[in-house]
Amino acid sequence: MAQITMRVWRGDAQGGDFENYSLEQNEGEVVLDVIHRIQATEAPDLACRWNCKAGKCGSCSAEINGKPRLMCMTRIDALPEGPITVTPMKTFPIIRDLVTDVSFNYVQAAKVPALLPPPMPEDGYRMYQEDVERGQEFRKCIECFMCQDVCHVIRDHEDNKVHYAGPRFFIRYAELEMHPLDTNDRRDLIREEMGLGYCNITKCCTEVCPEHIKITDNAIIPLKERVVDAHYDPIAWFGRTIRRKPKKSAAEAAVQPAP
Amino acid sequence: MSDTYEHHDYDVLIIGAGGAGLRAAIEAQQRGLRVGIISKSLLGKAHTVMAEGGMAAAMGNVYPEDNWKVHFRDTMRGGKYLNNYRMAELHAKEAPARVWELEQWGALFDRTKDGKILQRDFGGHRYARLAHVGDRTGLELIRTLQQKVVSMGIDVFMECKVLRLVHDSEGRIAGCVGYWRASGEFVTFQAKTVILATGGAGKSWKFTSNSWESTGDGHAMALWAGANLIDMECIQFHPTGMVWPLSVRGLLVTESVRGDGGVLRNSKGERFMFNYVPEMFRAETAETEEEGDRWYEDHNAGRRPPELLPRDEVARAINSEVKAGRGSPHGGVFLDIASRRTSEYIRRRLPSMYHQFMELAGVDITREAMEIGPTCHYIMGGVQVDADSQETVVPGLFAAGEVGGGMHGANRLGGNSLSDLIVFGRRAGIGAADYIEAGHAATSYDQGEIDEAINEALAPFSRSEGENPYTIQHDLQEMMQANVGIIRTQSELDTAAKELDAFADRVRRVSVKGARAYNPGWNLATDLPSMITVSKAATQGATLRKESRGGHTREDYPNADAEYAKINFAQSTSNGKWDGAINVVESPLAVMPDELKALLEEAK
Repeated sequence: MAQITMRVWRGDAQGGDFENYSLEQNEGEVVLDVIHRIQATEAPDLACRWNCKAGKCGSCSAEINGKPRLMCMTRIDALPEGPITVTPMKTFPIIRDLVTDVSFNYVQAAKVPALLPPPMPEDGYRMYQEDVERGQEFRKCIECFMCQDVCHVIRDHEDNKVHYAGPRFFIRYAELEMHPLDTNDRRDLIREEMGLGYCNITKCCTEVCPEHIKITDNAIIPLKERVVDAHYDPIAWFGRTIRRKPKKSAAEAAVQPAP
Repeated sequence: MSDTYEHHDYDVLIIGAGGAGLRAAIEAQQRGLRVGIISKSLLGKAHTVMAEGGMAAAMGNVYPEDNWKVHFRDTMRGGKYLNNYRMAELHAKEAPARVWELEQWGALFDRTKDGKILQRDFGGHRYARLAHVGDRTGLELIRTLQQKVVSMGIDVFMECKVLRLVHDSEGRIAGCVGYWRASGEFVTFQAKTVILATGGAGKSWKFTSNSWESTGDGHAMALWAGANLIDMECIQFHPTGMVWPLSVRGLLVTESVRGDGGVLRNSKGERFMFNYVPEMFRAETAETEEEGDRWYEDHNAGRRPPELLPRDEVARAINSEVKAGRGSPHGGVFLDIASRRTSEYIRRRLPSMYHQFMELAGVDITREAMEIGPTCHYIMGGVQVDADSQETVVPGLFAAGEVGGGMHGANRLGGNSLSDLIVFGRRAGIGAADYIEAGHAATSYDQGEIDEAINEALAPFSRSEGENPYTIQHDLQEMMQANVGIIRTQSELDTAAKELDAFADRVRRVSVKGARAYNPGWNLATDLPSMITVSKAATQGATLRKESRGGHTREDYPNADAEYAKINFAQSTSNGKWDGAINVVESPLAVMPDELKALLEEAK
């Protein structure tokens, strides 16, 4: 078996540097396997997050050869030959080694006004597959926060974090705004406090999403159309009039008879 | 009171932020109590997120003839009658309301044509009963509960490892002590009640679907604190885990593959499960492939195929096929849905399985069969609780979810875990609130217990010559897999018992390098005592139960023995030490009321 060289960033908020580890390559391994082998042998204090090891929990996000990836879903044999560089996500403050402080995301989550459905009928709500599917796409999100990491609005401008929710939360807002039962109106909030306008739809977030959620096309653009004041943006207004389905009132949606 | 460490004070303190913990928190907060949740990982990453197939609830949306009585009966039969009948009853009755409630909080389940929640087939369930979202139902559950908890403003302490429960001078639970993983600094929590919702213990086995977190912390801390563990020998080996590549061995392959039409084949291409139908399930299982196939279309046109027998039966059958030399190249068998369903159907129903095999194994499941084999998945055993309130024998201590024992008997049906979390998570929240309102709360806080836990946790730093925690964990997993695996026998269990004493010695000599801040080696060192305790409890239970039942199979006692169906082995410690002796008593199962017995009789 071939040898692999891992260049892993080690350090903390005060600073750090790359450390090289040389290991034998085992068949079928992913980057996380190799990090685990380094932990189990040379560096038991090498810090990384992980849980499911199956691309379902979104814990092990890092930048592999400079690109945000889940370590558990990145096969070593799919990477180009040569040393493999593993660094922590750049947008978030370092805690240690590959672990970053992602609390920004939990602060944003706490700002989201909850779903506000009408009272539930005795045997549950009625919703139709085609109506829930749009929201289901966004609920696939595993909160790996790589879309946040790659978004240049906050990656390159730390000061934007105070007034920008980021792609992860734009799909959350889109999900709620498109929810067949929701009666809450978050449009002013999204426009004025969540900074949707800062996004200039470069689609970096969509490209890194491990769940292949079409963040820009299916969430951010429709959300922009929904919240941008028609007087400000005639193109968005036009898009809205031709594309958007009128939202059923929640009461209507809840008691709709079977088709 | 300690003023040395960061300190917090709550009415209800919940350890564990999976489905059960979050659901308990919601309930307790709604009672006006001060609630705190402690999570070993980040919020939303708990093992609940891994659940795939769905949550079982007899809503009757697909088969109107389904109801709680059938669900109760299926659960008891699946559990080989070792269940706490009252828990099985409450679970079957309350699960539908708990699932509907999730929709009020934002969950978006797949729908039937008439707009109701769609339900899918799973092993051991007579009717299509699992509410689901594709094959990512656990994600939907945890995200829904997480978002609800956040919107209610409940305090969540993330990446905090709890070391020990703390008592008051009367022996009531008074809180706990732990440390922040990020800084390595210690933190104490005082609380009127503690709800354990720490999940499972599968990390003591080599091939497991469980994550690093599942080290049985709650099982162990409950035992050390004076509670009883029951049924610790009953461990579920899920029939379908990945077997190749080696680095993903054990990773779960959802039962939905079989629920949606997938079948098991050996190296000769035979659907071998037809040869492994036990007497107990013969009357309700298809005799031919044609009959099984008809059942998928209409459950009244045929009986269920044997691939959908309860998990213990299927896992044993796979094990036997491999042993008989009819396995796949990497020591499993084949799970084939490619030849039975269209590519479009597979990708719509099983998107994350498609993704998982494609990315990790380079296998396109719409074109070729998967190689699968049993993987340690779930522990039926857990903390003995009162069925209605989830309270343990230690005043103020409650347990819900996988860490609780009794609900699933000797074997859990697929889909009954997610519903367990929300039914008994809620009940634990109510139980804790009732306890507080009745004025039972702790009055003091044992500083000695805190100091002892902290000294123990720090000791590995002072040993320069000790062993690497990863080596100990690795060897423990090998040993438990070899000796207390899917099929057990006396000589191997004796070996395990002896080995575990040696492992305890090694843990006492474990050494850690580096500093305390986010040090995974140290974190693992503090998990090892739980892993040893749980392994000892499982080994002891397996030695005492001289019969085969559900998730406990003895090669030397291959049959079920009716006498053993009447008892749980209740384990406890007298000195609270992690490496102390475990005492056992036979704890008789509660006697089922006649009207519930009749439900089981009817079904025979």
